Amino acid sequence: MRYPDVVVVGAGVIGAACAEALSAVGLHVTVLDRGPLGAGTSAAGEGNVLVSDKGPGPELDLELASLRRWPDLLADLGADVEWDAKGGLVVATGETAARTLADFAAAQRTAGVDARPVSPAEAFDLEPHLTRAVVAAVHYPQDAQLQPVLVTKALLAAVRRRGGTLRPGLRATGARLVNGAVAAVRTNDGEVPCGAAVIACGPWSGEVSAAFGAPVTVLPRRGVILVTAALPPDTVRHKVYDADYVGAVASGNADLQVSTVVESTAGGTVLIGSSRERVGFDASLRVEVPRALARRAVGLFPVLADVPVLRAYGGFRPYAPDHLPIIGADPRCPGLWHATGHEGAGIGLAAATGRLLAELVTGAEPHVDPRPFRVDRPGVCG
Amino acid sequence: MRITVDGEPHDVPDGRTLAGVLIAAGRVSWRTTRNGGRPRGAFCGIGVCFDCLVVVNDVPDVRACQRFPVDGDTVRTQRGAELPG
Repeated sequence: MRYPDVVVVGAGVIGAACAEALSAVGLHVTVLDRGPLGAGTSAAGEGNVLVSDKGPGPELDLELASLRRWPDLLADLGADVEWDAKGGLVVATGETAARTLADFAAAQRTAGVDARPVSPAEAFDLEPHLTRAVVAAVHYPQDAQLQPVLVTKALLAAVRRRGGTLRPGLRATGARLVNGAVAAVRTNDGEVPCGAAVIACGPWSGEVSAAFGAPVTVLPRRGVILVTAALPPDTVRHKVYDADYVGAVASGNADLQVSTVVESTAGGTVLIGSSRERVGFDASLRVEVPRALARRAVGLFPVLADVPVLRAYGGFRPYAPDHLPIIGADPRCPGLWHATGHEGAGIGLAAATGRLLAELVTGAEPHVDPRPFRVDRPGVCG
Repeated sequence: MRITVDGEPHDVPDGRTLAGVLIAAGRVSWRTTRNGGRPRGAFCGIGVCFDCLVVVNDVPDVRACQRFPVDGDTVRTQRGAELPG
């Protein structure tokens, strides 16, 4: 039996993307997950590949790098993951929000985002069912969507085709160190000897990294999504959201935040988000959350008022105190790496995250500046 | 009470769901799929699968297995996905 060069702990989209990129440069990779593959945070989101919600800065740079990589990566994977370059439409219904949106889009344009202000009339052409209360809108042709579970499985399938091993149902309990460096990952079913380990456990990276003796601060933020009955094609054409979503993403406020995000899926259902609650890992559904989501979605698309909701689902988005992803080497433990903290943007950011992690592990030239994501920044390490 | 289904009058006893009424009348399908127009009727029968959809009084996506008819209801076949109104 050949031991892996790298063990990736966590088979969500981030772990899968890291494993794919590591195996693509010839490393032998084993991926383990305490549960099924791609069944945690990656199975509880919408599949956002968004530049529209990101202002100039490191996260936008990572998203733009991801956006450049996704088409080639998906072509390599050869799998249908419901990629849809549908574009985004951000709308404002008040003058204050309109000014904020215009300023935000102007700043984004300086950072390489295609952000096109459109008149309300043009917005109604793009989205015929949009509320006529819209006073300003920005069209983001780069925004896209994919099906997160399908892409996670496609990435993991590529790892296995290259000789890697997938081990769902195996829980990592720590590391065995030799001379202070990772020599094996300990599990509930024996050790997996390896040269390096990557902890990519999303919101559970906090507890897993602590078990490895190298804790990083990652916290869960709960989000809930409503799923409507299937609607006729083109009822909702873009990823449409109200301008205050941007403020909610960047906010540290603990209270429930709701911003309207409405989009259709390949199956015809419409997804309605997004809520953010800091409630730890409490998965119970508070009725005011879906109520607020539904009310605001109807405000954006009045046609949804009599459309039934099939179900609601939710999950935990991992965030660091400064709301930036954590990607890089652990300074305390040679051979230990982290990739987490992507909050609600991990699906879109996965392509560049996996590539960056593989570049850092192999010592190659990083294709984006890794310093903003380093593990030993204030508030993350310790 | 009396309702109409695709224009046909049906006498309905109390306490019978719309799916029960349709099955009792000999129908096994009353909806078509979005892609391909294939026939669908009651599948799970307990409100989970959303396969037995009908249009009731111009409101689409009504689950026939969960709906108790009201006198005068106008019910019709749902063709694929429809918007209300």
